[in-house]
Parts: sequence; structure tokens; C-alpha cells
Amino acid sequence: MMDAGIALAPWQMAYQTYGELNADRSNAILVCHALTGDQHVASTNPVTGKPGWWETLIGPGKPIDTDRFFVICSNVVGGCMGTTGPASLNPATGKPWALDFPVVTIRDIVRAQCMLIDRLGIDTLFCVIGGSMGGMQVLQWAASYPERVFSAIPIATAARHSAQNIAFGEVGRQAVMADPDWRGGRYLEEGVRPAKGLAVARMAAHITYLSEIALHRKFGRRFQDREALTFSFDADFQIESYLRHQGVSFVERFDANSYLYVTRAMDYFDIAADHDGVLARAFLGAKTRFCVMSFTSDWLFPTSDSRAVVHALNAAGASVAFMEIESDKGHDAFLLDEPEMFKAARGFIDASAKARGIA
Amino acid sequence: MTDTSPRGADGVRLDLKLVANMVRPGARVLDIGCGDGELLALLRDTRQVDGRGIELSREGVSASMARGLSVVQGDADTDLADYPTDSFDYVILSQTIQAMRQPKAVLENLLRIGRRAIVSLPNFAHWRVRFYLGFVGRMPVTEHLPYSWYDTPNIHFCTIRDFVALCREVGAVMEQAEALHANGKPMGLRLPWWCWNLLGEQGVFLLRRIDR
Repeated sequence: MMDAGIALAPWQMAYQTYGELNADRSNAILVCHALTGDQHVASTNPVTGKPGWWETLIGPGKPIDTDRFFVICSNVVGGCMGTTGPASLNPATGKPWALDFPVVTIRDIVRAQCMLIDRLGIDTLFCVIGGSMGGMQVLQWAASYPERVFSAIPIATAARHSAQNIAFGEVGRQAVMADPDWRGGRYLEEGVRPAKGLAVARMAAHITYLSEIALHRKFGRRFQDREALTFSFDADFQIESYLRHQGVSFVERFDANSYLYVTRAMDYFDIAADHDGVLARAFLGAKTRFCVMSFTSDWLFPTSDSRAVVHALNAAGASVAFMEIESDKGHDAFLLDEPEMFKAARGFIDASAKARGIA
Repeated sequence: MTDTSPRGADGVRLDLKLVANMVRPGARVLDIGCGDGELLALLRDTRQVDGRGIELSREGVSASMARGLSVVQGDADTDLADYPTDSFDYVILSQTIQAMRQPKAVLENLLRIGRRAIVSLPNFAHWRVRFYLGFVGRMPVTEHLPYSWYDTPNIHFCTIRDFVALCREVGAVMEQAEALHANGKPMGLRLPWWCWNLLGEQGVFLLRRIDR
């Protein structure tokens, strides 16, 4: 049963695991992916052929050491990498769900993950970790199933989506829906794809993942394969060319309706609203150990959002470590090579493993 | 705060050891300005304390996290107001009060958040400081106060007697007070305040609110 009041059945979930579950099933780490991520967190992505999206953090000998821990990563409900979503077939009609698919919430996503954890025979997760929308899932796990989460690492995230972020989400959705090939969401049946609209949505969103400084350093006002302005609307500037490339390559791997659903899940996210408007109540009596991290140049999920979480955790008497990491790479920093983040994560995970009695 | 602090044979800073001895085993402790987490780690390892820390510097937070401590990057001058009343058994302010913008407000928050507060501070009335100021005529720069006046984080120096007066003003009861020699050893004797104020290089105080 989903928050929208609709029971989704049958449904399926795609997931990946790395490492081995120990005898007393105490070494499982759940990795929650962000908006357009997927379950291929630490191995080559079969669709793009690129390395796993968090191989910097997860793997043999990495801070999340797959020689020690059993790492699980699943595709979110509403996604398009194998878990049931709007592109899946609606058993009632035999056609893709499209917009008949129920609106998905972060709570729904976490509830589905919990069913997977049950199926895997794991009672308590050693750690739940994720950044951005993944971090939202981490906080939801801690609020919904506190006794099943030993430690939690929410990175570059918030306990609720801000008005500004909802606004960006809406721009993206309107871009998709304005594409004539979207066909009211029924594009799959008609054999077309709203590629232009989805690409524009991705281009707009991609800007929010970076920072002004990072854009300036990477592109400045440099020209793309030309010596001077062309007095046209070609991609004169490198940044234009880069964004167009980001848009086009995204369309190849992501379903447009899924994009509507997952951005909507973020919009609806507000843990405090589920607890009479008081965030601290969501974590009251929590035994979970928290490690919250943010980045100085992240303006999509600014440090103030993380501080609000930390204040609530403190007010609830929870165990919390918090660090704002110095980086000029914007929101995307959590996916990049950030030695301070790795060092903090390693210290926190090693100490938590000791407390949990995992060698 | 400084690495020049005297240490015991076991490598533990003597002033931290004195603070640690004031803490009941198994207690909930908040260490404000915890630096690299040395005191919190000591409390965890020797007194099974459930410890938390606040630290302003990124390096300090990073080092504390590497020790597996629950330390939050923040500013005691602004963040303490968010902590609920009586949420800790002890709140510790070790060698930090002189760096606060509002020492009085911080002390009041300490007494509110913790059932007990432990404060240690460098004594600006120590005879060596007095000598330096009196005879050299310049702001003292010593082994334990190594900063020049223009780049020191210590913006609110006080003396042991100043601090005792502030405790009275904010309604704090002194359950225990110790003065430390420059070698880090407690003076031990129950001497009059003026004597401690002259000879004590540091003061360490265990406090609680008067209305308890």
C-alpha cells in the first residue's frame, strides 16, 4: 500500500549486492541512490558502460569496504532501472502505467527497501547511507525504522524539500510535459520519446548540481571549437555544449515519466510534517548513530538544511556527528573525490563497526 | 588548546585528567570546544562516557570523527541555545571560555544544558603573567599562552577571582575547585582565593545551578 492510497501489486525491485553477509547478519549497509542514480553503485553500469556511481567510496579497501561489509543498493520505486515504475506494464490494461502510476513518496521508496531487507533476512542494517535524495531516504529510514538502523550517514540533504527546489523540479517537469512527443505521458505506446523536453529538464537541473565557481573554473567564457562569436544560437560557449551533451546523454538512459515521479517524491518530502511540524519528534529516543555531512558550495542543499537536521537530532538526544566539508564543486561534490568526506566516513564507519562488534 | 600542556607518564594531559576525574563513569557528557577530541576519547575509554562534542574548526571535527567521536561542527556562541535543558549530566568547557564572544551567556547555557558544568581556564593573574605585564610592560606571551595580542583567539581573558565572581553573578554553586601549577599538578591545598589567583596557572571548576 502506497501513501497515495493505492496498492501496487504485483511489483518488482532491482537491486545489486557486493560483499558477503556475515553469520550474524550484522554487516549490511544499504546505499540509497539519488534522483537519477541506480543500483549499480560499485560496479560497471550495464547501460552506460561507466564505473559505478559511488566507486570512490565503496569497494575493496574503500571507506565502505566490500571485503568487510555486505553492501546493498536498490533502484527506487518509480525508477526506470528494473524496479516497477511508470514505464512498467499496468497489469489491468497491459499497457505502460504512464501517469496512472501512483505518485510515489520517499516513504514509499523506503517501505519498499524495507521489504527487500526483510526478504534478505536482515533484521538490523549496520548503516544506511546516501546523498541528496538518497540522504532523504536515510533520514526516512531513521524516522520510520529507528530500531533497524544502527548508523546513518545522510549527506548533502535535507529533512524537507525547499520551495526553491520544488520550483526547480517544476521547471523540469513542465519542460518534459511541453514536449509534443510526451503525448500526455503515453509516449511509449506511440513509439516516440519526449527527448527534447527531458534534455532541457536535465540541463536546468544540472546547473543546480554545480557551483558558480566550479562552472567558471571548468568553462569560464571559453568558446567551443571556434575563435569568435558566431552571431547565432549555436553552442558558441563550452558551457552550452557541455549542457547539451549532458541533456542528450541523459535521455538515453532515463525515462521521462520516471523523472516526473522521482522529482515529485522529493517535493513531497517533509519529515517534520509527519510529526506535528516538529522535526525532533521524528527522532525522539533514537539509538541510531548519525553522521551528517554538507558541502560549503552546495546551494541546492545548503549547510543550513543539514544544520536543521543536526539541531533536531541534538534536541532529540540522538548521537550525531556533523561536518561541513570545504569544496567548491557544489551539490555534486558528494559523488566526487572529496578526501575529507572519505576520511570522515571511514572514521565514523570504523568506530560504528567497533561499537557493533564487527571485526 | 596547545600541545605544550604538561602530560603525565601515560601521555595524557594532566589538566584533562583532572577534568576527567570530576566526571562520574557512564555519564552523558557534552564537550564544548573539544578540539581534536582528546578529552572525549579519554572519557570514553576510561569512564565509559556517552560523549558529544562541539568544535569550531574543521580540522578538529575531522580529527574527532576519525577517532569515532560524535562531534558537531558549530559555534558555541550561537549553537548552545538549541540544546534542551538538562540534556547532559556534564557540560565541559575546557580552556575555551576565554575565546568566547559572550562568556557569560555561554556559562549560563552550560548550567542550563548540563546538570553539572566543568570549566577550566588559564588564569590571567598568575604571577608570571603579572610579572610579564608589570615589568616587561607588554601583553604576556608564554609557553601556555603563545599568541601575540593581535592574532590571539583568546579575546576574554579573566582571572580565577574574576571567574569566581561571575559564578556568583549567574547563580552557580562551586562543588569543587582546583588550581593547577604550571607543571599541570593540582595545588591540592585549600588556600585562600588570592593565593590561588597568584600561584595557579589554571583553574578547574565543577559547578551546578544554585536552584538545584
